[in-house]
Amino acid sequence: MSWTEFYNNHLLSIIIFLPLVGAAALLFMKNERLIRWWTLAFMVADFMLTACLVLKFDSTTHKMQFVERYSWIERFNIDYYLGVDGISVLFVFLTGLVGWICVLASWTAIEKRVKEFMIALLVMQTAMLGVFCALDFFLFYVFWEAMLIPMYLIIGVWGGANRIYSAVKFFLYTLAGSILMLVGIIVLYFKAGGSFDIPYLMEQKYGFGLQVFLFILFFVAFAIKVPMFPFHTWLPDAHVEAPTAGSIILAGVLLKMGTYGFLRFSFPMLPDASLFFAKPVIILSIIAIIYGGFLALAQEDMKKLIAYSSVSHMGFVTLGLFLFNKNGIEGGILQMFNHGITTSALFLCVGIIYERTHTRLLGYYGWAAKLVPWYAGFLFIFSLASLGFPGTNGFIGEFLILLGAYEASWVYLLFLIIGIIVGAAYMLWMFQRVTFGKHRPEDGHHIEDVNLREVVAIVAFLVFVLWVGFHPLEFLNIMDDSVAHLISQVKGEELLAEAAVEVAH
Amino acid sequence: MVPGIKDILMILPEIVVAVAACVLLMVEFICRKNDRAIIGVFALLTAATAACISIYLMTTDYMGGVAFAGMFILDGYSTMFKLIFYLATILSIVLSFYYTREEGIRGGEYYTLMLFSLCGMMVMASGRDLLTIYIGLELMSLPVYVLTGFLEKDKRSVEGAMKYVILGGFSSGILLYGISIVYGITGSTELTAIAKAFGEAGGLTPVLGLAIVGLICGFGFKVAAVPFHAWTPDVYEGAPTPVTAFMSVGPKAAAFAVFLRVFTEGLVPVYEHWQFIVAVVAVATMFYGNIVAIVQTNIKRMLAYSSIGHAGYALLGLLPATNEGVASVIYYMAVYLFMNLGAFAVVVFMRRASQSGELIEDYRGLAKNHRALALAMLIFMFSLAGIPPTAGFVGKFYIFMALINKGMVELALIAVVASAVAAYFYLRVVLLMYMKEPVRTHITAESFGVGLVIAVGIIGAIVLGVYPGYLIDLIQRVSALI
Repeated sequence: MSWTEFYNNHLLSIIIFLPLVGAAALLFMKNERLIRWWTLAFMVADFMLTACLVLKFDSTTHKMQFVERYSWIERFNIDYYLGVDGISVLFVFLTGLVGWICVLASWTAIEKRVKEFMIALLVMQTAMLGVFCALDFFLFYVFWEAMLIPMYLIIGVWGGANRIYSAVKFFLYTLAGSILMLVGIIVLYFKAGGSFDIPYLMEQKYGFGLQVFLFILFFVAFAIKVPMFPFHTWLPDAHVEAPTAGSIILAGVLLKMGTYGFLRFSFPMLPDASLFFAKPVIILSIIAIIYGGFLALAQEDMKKLIAYSSVSHMGFVTLGLFLFNKNGIEGGILQMFNHGITTSALFLCVGIIYERTHTRLLGYYGWAAKLVPWYAGFLFIFSLASLGFPGTNGFIGEFLILLGAYEASWVYLLFLIIGIIVGAAYMLWMFQRVTFGKHRPEDGHHIEDVNLREVVAIVAFLVFVLWVGFHPLEFLNIMDDSVAHLISQVKGEELLAEAAVEVAH
Repeated sequence: MVPGIKDILMILPEIVVAVAACVLLMVEFICRKNDRAIIGVFALLTAATAACISIYLMTTDYMGGVAFAGMFILDGYSTMFKLIFYLATILSIVLSFYYTREEGIRGGEYYTLMLFSLCGMMVMASGRDLLTIYIGLELMSLPVYVLTGFLEKDKRSVEGAMKYVILGGFSSGILLYGISIVYGITGSTELTAIAKAFGEAGGLTPVLGLAIVGLICGFGFKVAAVPFHAWTPDVYEGAPTPVTAFMSVGPKAAAFAVFLRVFTEGLVPVYEHWQFIVAVVAVATMFYGNIVAIVQTNIKRMLAYSSIGHAGYALLGLLPATNEGVASVIYYMAVYLFMNLGAFAVVVFMRRASQSGELIEDYRGLAKNHRALALAMLIFMFSLAGIPPTAGFVGKFYIFMALINKGMVELALIAVVASAVAAYFYLRVVLLMYMKEPVRTHITAESFGVGLVIAVGIIGAIVLGVYPGYLIDLIQRVSALI
């Protein structure tokens, strides 16, 4: 088999396992400089491949593409089964993008145990990509849980002062949610006649009681990951203590997995239960939006502020998804992508300023406009993107969600607008306190503006902020067919059910 | 009835081990005091030879089936378990070479006793008659009692041995009582005859209840199930570490071999009467083991409680009373062999000069200067916690599959909650190794053998987690008990 043929047939496998290969090779390296460059090279190569994947992606169909399928554990009908559709391909790309930026973000921030850190990053990358590509529920679960080990180490070893508490909390919280899901997966397996095949499981019909039971098991796992109110308490701890790269991974990719879980499993497999639980979930989302927003407003710690803003923003996403109309879901998915870009960028900004001042307290900033004008400029754009200013990516996502919400009920709209106003308040206030505050550093204390390495990372995010902001169609087109298909999977059943009721009468 | 040549051939592995053990007892007299390791080498070769014979017997179609008028059976099931025993014995002996030198254990009978215990386990796995099983069980236990007390200068060792002997004797008595009642009800000690008799007279009588309780007490003691677990922490802590490693995987697996065989082959007609008791025992075992492990400060004690917790999971595999359930327990035991022996091998590796390596605190900051060792321990801990892609996850997954296939979703839910609890204390070891600064320099063994055992453990814990298909197929083929 030639190389091109191998590349064409196994693109997803290559994307997933390339970082792992890099990690294995790192075991034998000693030179820290080499280790950093090596990791960066693998991450960039992996990102290029994800870009190729998007370019080769055919957005005119909702079918799974780049499918690879081999028998893995025959006895249980478990396959090594990969594929992407219009929803997952976006997140594969996002993961690829975040990967190499994480390496840049830890270039000088990580000084001890560089080798272990880079190995953890690469292993993490493999697991995250695997989650988005897996089409076998068992395989999905293996990747999903395997993420815990490197993430636990990233927070616990390289984190801040209270890192151990946060790492353990993160681990146990997520583990508790996921293993309940494991039981749900196995129940589903037997109800569907012995299959972990995700597309096949979507086509089956399950009784309403079973759907409700499974929905609850899945919901706990996904809601913890998102995290939705009231499962969000691990997030501020984990974010605050994690090193910059850890925060970027958490915000950029990990949180998306919860909502991705809803899209991939809960909606198409358990449509009746999803519709049944839509109202309560929307209420929880609204609580998250407003409560998260007010919590963010009260924070003195810049990282904590952004962490709580994540809770609020992810509330927009879950609300959009559970509206079950085209605008809502597309807005939700786009907002997942946007949040991955914007919040990662904001965490990157926090990391940059923390490296220079060793504090994250807003009260100690305030000189940014004067001393680090470039930095202030970038922070300004990302803050605007985060609050949904027109011309940035956040605007498009939130606008679509608002449209979707209006289609469903004007009451939702009311709460969303409150959320957006609060969002504008805390973001702008944060920006103001960083750039135009009163505090001045001690005399003679020189603070460097962003350097080239940081600019590269920031600009990478900036490109997508503006691209989605000015021309979102490319992104929406990719997911269009898949979302339409998803809605038909959910609603189709409902229409059929209504028809059946009418016939029965 | 005169045993034929075929009968003799079928028990050839047992004969080899028993004869070699007797001969090695003699060899000890002609051996100089410092050369006793040679006995260990011979013991190792014996176990390896027996393993080859067992594999050969399994692959020839001519062999297999019942021998000695139903007292003994050579089937895939027993062979699978025997392979676990051989491996457990071989790896424990390799661990012992270093450990006995470090602790100054001189007696060559140390290795001989392991062989006798191995022989007992093999008889248990192949026993198809309650009497054979009982004899095997005693042959397995008595040498382990002695091995536990081998560190005669250490109070804990002597105390552990004492407790073990007394409680073990007591539990054997109760087991015998159960066996005799079964005989009283059914008029036989042979499992198929028992099953037939129970099948004809199904109803629950007080006497039957007593018999079931007797059997569960006896076997439950050997697998360290709550409430028969009280000996475990003291014995595990007191015994020489390789012996602890040995009994946590060998005798435990052997006890599960008979537990499964007796309950799914002999007592399956009265299934509904014992199912509930076993379920209660299993749930109590999981939670008790996993919760109490959290507060331990000695790693051997922690692993003792962890082994109690794992016994709980494995007992769950017995509950469905299906072939799949049986297969899942065998798989679990195979996985447990690698990950637990590996963890104990790390403990042995940490035993050096003045450093006992037994306190969990001893692992503080280990990752700083001993990266490979810390990484090994990390893999074992995550495997014991059941996190993919390690083997421990597939083991648990298999048991959950068996449970849920039989509709026991509630039990599966309880089990996953217990395993979330368990994750905490395994994480604590990782946390100490990776996230704390060392308070003093660690000294570790310079032993190729111990390193080898750790390597085998890692390979097992990863391969059985990433590519479990082959072993699962094999086990599924051989585990058709019902």
